[in-house]
Amino acid sequence: MAVAVDVRLPTVLRPQAGGQSTVTVKASTIGDVLRELVSEFPGMSGQLLNEDGSLHRFVNVYVNDDDVRYLESLDTPVKEGDEVSLLPAVAGG
Amino acid sequence: MALHRSSLDLIGDTPLVEVSELSSNPAARLFVKLEGQNPGGSVKDRVALAMVEDAEKAGSLRPGEPGQVLLEPSSGNTGIGLALVCRVKGYHLKVVLPESVSPERRQLLEVWGAEIIESPGAEGSNGAVRMAQALAAAHPEWVFLYQYANPANPRAHYSQTGPEIWRDCPDVTHLVAGLGTSGTLLGAGRYLKERNPAVQVWAVEPPAGEVVDGLRSLDEGYIPPIFEELGGSELLDRKTVVRPRESIEWVRRLADVGIFAGLSTGAAMAGAARCAAQLGDGEQAAIVVISADGGWKYLSSGAWTGDVDEVAERARSTIYF
Repeated sequence: MAVAVDVRLPTVLRPQAGGQSTVTVKASTIGDVLRELVSEFPGMSGQLLNEDGSLHRFVNVYVNDDDVRYLESLDTPVKEGDEVSLLPAVAGG
Repeated sequence: MALHRSSLDLIGDTPLVEVSELSSNPAARLFVKLEGQNPGGSVKDRVALAMVEDAEKAGSLRPGEPGQVLLEPSSGNTGIGLALVCRVKGYHLKVVLPESVSPERRQLLEVWGAEIIESPGAEGSNGAVRMAQALAAAHPEWVFLYQYANPANPRAHYSQTGPEIWRDCPDVTHLVAGLGTSGTLLGAGRYLKERNPAVQVWAVEPPAGEVVDGLRSLDEGYIPPIFEELGGSELLDRKTVVRPRESIEWVRRLADVGIFAGLSTGAAMAGAARCAAQLGDGEQAAIVVISADGGWKYLSSGAWTGDVDEVAERARSTIYF
């Protein structure tokens, strides 16, 4: 069942969302969240998902600070009150 | 204590200290491996020495020959480790360093005579990597060790850090460390999983991408080549983001038990606490946390004494991984 989920956007994606740092979408999985974002903000198309619908390699998606690639990837469920964050892949060292 | 012939002989074999009094779950014991005890003050001394010795074996660096130049992008610790090794061995080091690192990192590079080339702070380490790649292409006479793609980096942890953990804590169930180049997690994590496939490897990262506002698009993101080549995403069991405030709270708790550690250790401890909180009923854990460095390079941040909100806000725009 789709629930309202807050999504924190990184600086690099905010221009495509009219400058907003957090947006709310209705979704039941992380895949839904990303597809909703692309549908609402077409400027994000190609930055979040590849043409085959898989997650773009340079975007990291977190549910309550856990990277979804190590959970159930795009099938990771979201529930009421979860916070989703998107961050670009950044090196350290 | 043994007598050592060189400071470089002090690299590695760092102590593991139990800090289970900081665990909120009595079923989870906590241990911290103090990489700040290395002579250059961080885990990266291991990587620096391993990469230089590897290049010497391969013949791209020639010990004793004057005029040899090395180039490396670093957010600080690898640069500092290389600066130490290069000073002792007589090589000239150029470090591409983001402007947004703590002043102590810059000062330590200067202690060992490294030349600093600044990259834009708003592009973070990604910008430093890009600038170093361009410089390396323009100067093929410089030796570009490139920690993000150099197999000697994870190998140092596979051959040293991992075995040290296994020797000191054979009942280890979880390894938690910061994710920068991924060398520590790939090397030590793989070693431990080979000894016991049930060992879980957890990566902790700062929310660096929130403040890297110099990136023009997500296509300027960066994944270290060693992470992809060595199957990092298959090796890791969990990757979690820890925000500055929580990192600061944890370095303060560590100080309560006499451990003076850097901000990335605070983040790794927060990751270990999440790990401890998720244990199943009756599950026992021995969680080993890699403390990448000591607190010295972060004194100017006020992490231990300042107002926590103000320190957290400042830390948001500082690179500490």
